[in-house]
Amino acid sequence: MTQMTEPDVVTAPGTDPQPVIEMRDISITFGAVRALDEVSLRLFPGEVHALMGENGAGKSTLIKALTGVYTIDEGTVLVEGESHEFHSPAASQAAGISTVYQEVNLVPNLTVAENMLLGREPRRFGAISVREMNRRARRTLLHLGVDIDPRSVLDEHPIAVQQLVAIARAVDVEAKVLILDEPTSSLDADEVEKLFTVMRRLRDEGVAIVFVSHFLDQIYEIADRMTILRNGRLVEERMVAETTQLELVRLMIGRELETLERLDREAPNTEAESGTPVLKAVGLGRKNTLEATDLELFEGEVVGIAGLLGSGRTELARLLFGADHADTGELTVRSEKRRLRSPRHAIDRRIAFSSEDRKAEGVVQDLTVADNMLLALQASRGWLRPIPQATRTKLVTEYIKALDIRPADPTALMRNLSGGNQQKVLLARWLITQPDILILDEPTRGIDIGAKAQIQAKVAELAAQGMSVVFISAELEEVLRLSDRLVVMRDRRKIDERRNDDVSVRDVLEIIAGEAHPEGDPHA
Amino acid sequence: MSTVTARPDSAWDRVKDFTPPPRYIPIIATFALFVGLFGVGGMRYDGLTDPQVLISLLIDNAFLIVLGVGMTFVILTGGIDLSVGSVVALSTMIAAKTLQMGWSPYLSIAAVLLTGTVLGLLMGLLIHYFDIQPFIATLAGLFLARGLTYLISVESISINNSTFSELAFGTVYLGDYYIRWTALLALAVVAIAAYVLARTRFGRTVYAIGGSESSAMLMGLRVAFTKVGVYVISGFCAALAGLLFSLYILSGNSLHAIGMELDAIAAVVIGGTLLTGGRGYVVGTLLGVLVLGAIKTLISFDGTLSSYWIRIITGVLLLTFVVVQRFATRRQQ
Ligand SMILES: Nc1ncnc2c1ncn2[C@@H]1O[C@H](COP(=O)(O)OP(=O)(O)OP(=O)(O)O)[C@@H](O)[C@H]1O
Ligand SMILES: [Mg+2]
Repeated sequence: MTQMTEPDVVTAPGTDPQPVIEMRDISITFGAVRALDEVSLRLFPGEVHALMGENGAGKSTLIKALTGVYTIDEGTVLVEGESHEFHSPAASQAAGISTVYQEVNLVPNLTVAENMLLGREPRRFGAISVREMNRRARRTLLHLGVDIDPRSVLDEHPIAVQQLVAIARAVDVEAKVLILDEPTSSLDADEVEKLFTVMRRLRDEGVAIVFVSHFLDQIYEIADRMTILRNGRLVEERMVAETTQLELVRLMIGRELETLERLDREAPNTEAESGTPVLKAVGLGRKNTLEATDLELFEGEVVGIAGLLGSGRTELARLLFGADHADTGELTVRSEKRRLRSPRHAIDRRIAFSSEDRKAEGVVQDLTVADNMLLALQASRGWLRPIPQATRTKLVTEYIKALDIRPADPTALMRNLSGGNQQKVLLARWLITQPDILILDEPTRGIDIGAKAQIQAKVAELAAQGMSVVFISAELEEVLRLSDRLVVMRDRRKIDERRNDDVSVRDVLEIIAGEAHPEGDPHA
Repeated sequence: MSTVTARPDSAWDRVKDFTPPPRYIPIIATFALFVGLFGVGGMRYDGLTDPQVLISLLIDNAFLIVLGVGMTFVILTGGIDLSVGSVVALSTMIAAKTLQMGWSPYLSIAAVLLTGTVLGLLMGLLIHYFDIQPFIATLAGLFLARGLTYLISVESISINNSTFSELAFGTVYLGDYYIRWTALLALAVVAIAAYVLARTRFGRTVYAIGGSESSAMLMGLRVAFTKVGVYVISGFCAALAGLLFSLYILSGNSLHAIGMELDAIAAVVIGGTLLTGGRGYVVGTLLGVLVLGAIKTLISFDGTLSSYWIRIITGVLLLTFVVVQRFATRRQQ
């Protein structure tokens, strides 16, 4: 909900108090790319400041310029009125700027508690006090509503939890400025709400918060003021309460978004549910991960999996693909009863899986966009049969255009792409293989609204051509918009399945909430 | 369909399902291997079960333990230090030469430790600030240190300084058994290293860098200091190991310790430290050295096996451990 009850927390321009941080006319050039062109940003104490813009607009670059990851080519940074530039993340941190970068930047091999407190561990007589560290970590995590063992190793946890740990690390310090670059990209509504509670508390204590998100509803709920970027340039600084959503979108993309209203698919594809399923799981399960689950997927059908964090949605996807071993049940691919022993097996059977964890399992940072896109196709052909140059160029150009990847340069190195654009490349990689079955786990994570619409259109188009899709997303609206059939999960099991005719987000939430006593109503 | 409900686990189920935290598995495996080696050996050869044999293992391998400790720091960050064998040789040579020239033994020891540390510092700076692969930078260090050794003397120089000999044979008696203080020094180095790695910010940063260097940087940790630091530690440890080695062998020779860096790496790997960095413990390295030493002891006890079996068995073990590690890390994902 839009909150307009307290518009004057931040005073109007002109009578402003002194900003804690002011960035003036910042420019940064990477080789030939001018990533930032005279961008300015003002942060006031006690405000939530949204940094808005499409994928590749320069949001993360601006943040990294401030915190000393990148060197500023031109422009000045003022900290409490005094010119001051940071030359390393450590320096900005020491000056009271606490940052969660876009990619989860934690170390996978250490415990949750260490990840939260590395560099400022509590010490007794010079030695790190592990007990005190775990205690402190647990307390901060509980504030965020995360109930995990702080002694567990970080990479045992799903991405969403890792994201929460990164947030916990940032809010645990006494900071003047808190920067959150897309902290909510894989969180559910519940976790977002808890994060917002913490953010509001910090804001009221006078912290200046920078918040980046592609979810406009979140912006309207939490932000006071915003700075809008487009193509590395400053568009405008605005009060959120004085800007309508439509206006905001226009400012971000520079034109009306004609696709926004067109997103809804026509009637769900009901005739698909006939014949033999292309993929059929009977009693598929894994200890401590997923209870025995049945699932059928028909040709040309999009099955959406809805469920909250920890409901087992990702686990189901991984079992369907063979990324994890199933202890029980069996999987039939086109009436061929087979155990998928490995991803390799699945790929041979024309199943593709785009994982939620793009950093660990997806992108190869040092290869070009084209190479990253063609990786899966090349692997499925075998390395001895190179893809002809003409085909390569055709495919790559087609998908760069279809998914609006920027820069539209096949030879750009993956590491130089913005987060959202990397995600698009990853998605293109699987779409290019033209699989019969495509399993997408959070495919639109961190992607802006315009591109999201394009991706959804592309998925719908491929489904219409006969591809079967399993679609998972923390964003329920998106799942509902795309799917023909809906599977609802909770507590590591399937609790409901229904055709998606006019199911609303509310309906889904009710299904999830209604299942509070699973023993009470055993399902068919 | 009935819903599956969790039955209370029986005690046996709990025993069956008990798994130690995955990060300790490699160390436990090494320990089991060590115990197994001695168990099997003890049944076959009398005298092997004598605790003095075990203590002698420590005495004979004191230098390798110290070397392995330094190497563990480096490998934990995801790096490698190939120069340590040559630094050991250089250290024996500097010690022998300076003593021959009539330096005080303490000055001579200081010179050795300083040289090793400075070499480590140089390599660390190259690796961090010039972004040179650790493999390449320390390979250069390997040639440099070996070359310097030849430069000092091509001939072997024996050490017959009385203070040195006293140090070399300094013995502590524990009832019926004795231990050289060099072994105690090595154990002290292990203890200090274990403390530093587990309980100091420097040590935790070592692990963080091995997990993800870019994350460590963005977390505001002291990446440069730590990365250079591990090579300094490795250089220092190599020099100290060189001193222990010269006490053990009482000569300086440019042909000493050829390939010893590989023994150190083998000990670290057998001790369960991942070559990719981020996971491992110095205690594992200590066990790794003892396993390597035990193989040697067993073979010499046997008497019928030629010494090249040591190399072969070491090779097989190394391979086994790397394969086991692969599986252990894959299972976690
Ligand atoms: N190191 C680099 N080298 C070259 N170009 C870069 C580099 N880093 C960023 N860019 C380019 O700068 C532009 C801005 O990227 P940035 O990551 O700031 O976008 P963003 O607004 O955060 O987008 P997203 O919403 O996708 O995260 C992009 O076009 C990107 O390709
Ligand atoms: Mg970004």
